[in-house]
Amino acid sequence: MFTVTLDEVTGPRPGGSAPVEKEAQLFVASQWQLMWWRFSQHKVAMLSGVLVFLIYMVALFAEFLAPSLPDVVSSTYLYAPPQTLHLFDTDNGLRFAPHVFGYKSVIDPQAGRRTFTLDPTQRIAVGFFVKGEEYKLFGLIPATRRLLGPIEADQPMYLLGADRLGRDMLSRLIYGTRVSMSIGLLGVAISLVLGVLLGGISGYYGGAVDNAIQRVIEFLRSIPTIPLWMGLAAALPMNWPPLRIYFGITIIISLIGWTGLARVVRGRFLAMREEEFVMAAELDGASEMRVILRYMAPSFISHIIASTTLAIPAMILSETSLSFLGLGLRPPVVSWGVLLKDAQSVRAVLQAPWQLWPAAAVVISVIALNFLGDGLRDAADPYTH
Amino acid sequence: MLRYIGWRVLMMIPTIFVISVVSFVVIQLPPGDFLTSYVAGITARGETIDDATVESLRNAYGLGQPIYIQYIKWITGVLHGDFGQSFTWRVSVSSLIWDRVWLTILVSLVTLLFTWVVAFPIGIYSAVRQYSILDYVFTFIGFIGVAVPGFLLALVLMVVAFAQFNMSVGGLFSPDFVDAPWSWERMVDLLKHIWIPVIVLGLSGTASLIRIMRANLLDELHKPYVVTARLKGQSEFKLLLRYPVRAALNPFVSTLGWTLPQLVSGSTIVAVVLSLPLTGPMMLQALLAQDMYLAGSFILILSVLTVIGTLVSDILLAWLDPRIRLDRVG
Repeated sequence: MFTVTLDEVTGPRPGGSAPVEKEAQLFVASQWQLMWWRFSQHKVAMLSGVLVFLIYMVALFAEFLAPSLPDVVSSTYLYAPPQTLHLFDTDNGLRFAPHVFGYKSVIDPQAGRRTFTLDPTQRIAVGFFVKGEEYKLFGLIPATRRLLGPIEADQPMYLLGADRLGRDMLSRLIYGTRVSMSIGLLGVAISLVLGVLLGGISGYYGGAVDNAIQRVIEFLRSIPTIPLWMGLAAALPMNWPPLRIYFGITIIISLIGWTGLARVVRGRFLAMREEEFVMAAELDGASEMRVILRYMAPSFISHIIASTTLAIPAMILSETSLSFLGLGLRPPVVSWGVLLKDAQSVRAVLQAPWQLWPAAAVVISVIALNFLGDGLRDAADPYTH
Repeated sequence: MLRYIGWRVLMMIPTIFVISVVSFVVIQLPPGDFLTSYVAGITARGETIDDATVESLRNAYGLGQPIYIQYIKWITGVLHGDFGQSFTWRVSVSSLIWDRVWLTILVSLVTLLFTWVVAFPIGIYSAVRQYSILDYVFTFIGFIGVAVPGFLLALVLMVVAFAQFNMSVGGLFSPDFVDAPWSWERMVDLLKHIWIPVIVLGLSGTASLIRIMRANLLDELHKPYVVTARLKGQSEFKLLLRYPVRAALNPFVSTLGWTLPQLVSGSTIVAVVLSLPLTGPMMLQALLAQDMYLAGSFILILSVLTVIGTLVSDILLAWLDPRIRLDRVG
């Protein structure tokens, strides 16, 4: 039926074996192996995959990677500008001595506040795996060592600057990664359950059920989502604990976001219902559940994974937008959107441009997830060109 | 064709009914009935409200009666153009919203037009000159357009305009024209300001439309009929525009259905950042102050309008492509 050679799928390899052998290799390769070959050809997607993995690692080990806790305020260093990390000391020959420059403060009579400049004469020694305030890794394991921090704990270190309360932007960004990225995952998980369930029912049974579910999907897709989200999110009581708000927002976002996934699943089911191997299984007397799980699922699961990956960025952007407007997550929870809320006006951005770092984080993770999803989607069907 | 339009309009009725129910639910969501908080708000300001007024308001909204009666009273009012009272502004909702709704529609439609005008030539160029430098440039801009949310773009644009050119880019009108009645000068003033929100809002739509146009046209370009026409000596330009572009045009109409809700959605938040006199900022204020009749009316009107927009796009599509109208009603 198909006559592709390995060369066509993976491209010629330097010093590869004879073509015949390759072809044989291709014929015995499993579906997943073929997908991997196809995927690994898409260099940008591979790179994005690594990036996404790293971002999730940052989210996982936030406590260890962040130089301080996200809510430590400092009354001295309000809006302190970012310091650069210098790894080597060049004064008396090259020597490994990580340090940052200290701050010199000037009272700005016009603005009526203190402004900071970096002072190269002051050096604050910085160390790796330094001891600091106690934290709980994954919220469970008590620990004190962090990846990076000032050796004397009371010295200022603001690698990405400080916000209006003198909190470390880098630490807040790292903790925000955990919240924002996990909302993406959790929201997509809820949408996936809804989408697979309703899309599957719709596509497998067809008829009146299909019609009803399609109407619901059409309805949800025809209304502007942000106003509706805003309305629902504003209804979450102000006195709810942060964790409940977090779940509330996630559920609101995914209640409207599942339709895309449902469409993909339905389309796959409809197409597959007509396939010979499904009919053969049905004629063999396999139960409905077995037909779905054993025969149909393996051939569309890769598509689902790809669509799921492509749905995560939309979730992240939704949370960011809602929190940016002040209707989503609220302090003390730290997410990228919550952080960006501080950078809402031109004045705030001009005063402390480093408050836009969370925006960079949003854009990078959304681009990476999009490329990864694209690569996965191309790889999901390794038999086509 | 008439049969298709009739069927499609009929299908819209349940959708609009569900929208009205959802909007009503949003209005009802905050705990406690609004009249209590209304009265509390008035007394907090040191003013008094007599019991008779409270009682007549209570009757007008059917408070204390079963929820479906409250819904019927509300929806009957809406059908007569009465959307209830705004408690923060202390005037009727309908006197507040329409200006903003029309401007939102205007901005969305201009953005749509912009999206098409920009995406059409670029999409064709990217397909015909696949893998050229400009194709890569457009692809890159496209990815940025998809990944950068509109409100961030608006923010960055404002900061750059202010820091580099000392120019304020917010708003839709110059200060002189904000409250002026409609006139030719005000129209011109609007056109001078509208392009920034249009670009900000249109970027992501343009980006995805370019991708779709490019992909569709690439599929068409290698079909035998193109080769035949070329062999017959048809000029490249004519050959391109006569058939493949026409066949690839479908997405322009068929994506209208979901671009419209997206535009309205996106304008809500971009308008907050750029402080445009659209529905977004007022709705946000209303939600934060729990002025629910105002907020709910926005949800209702915007949703109904996008549903009507989708209807128009479906009818257009059916008119362009006979397969659709035959298939649906069939």
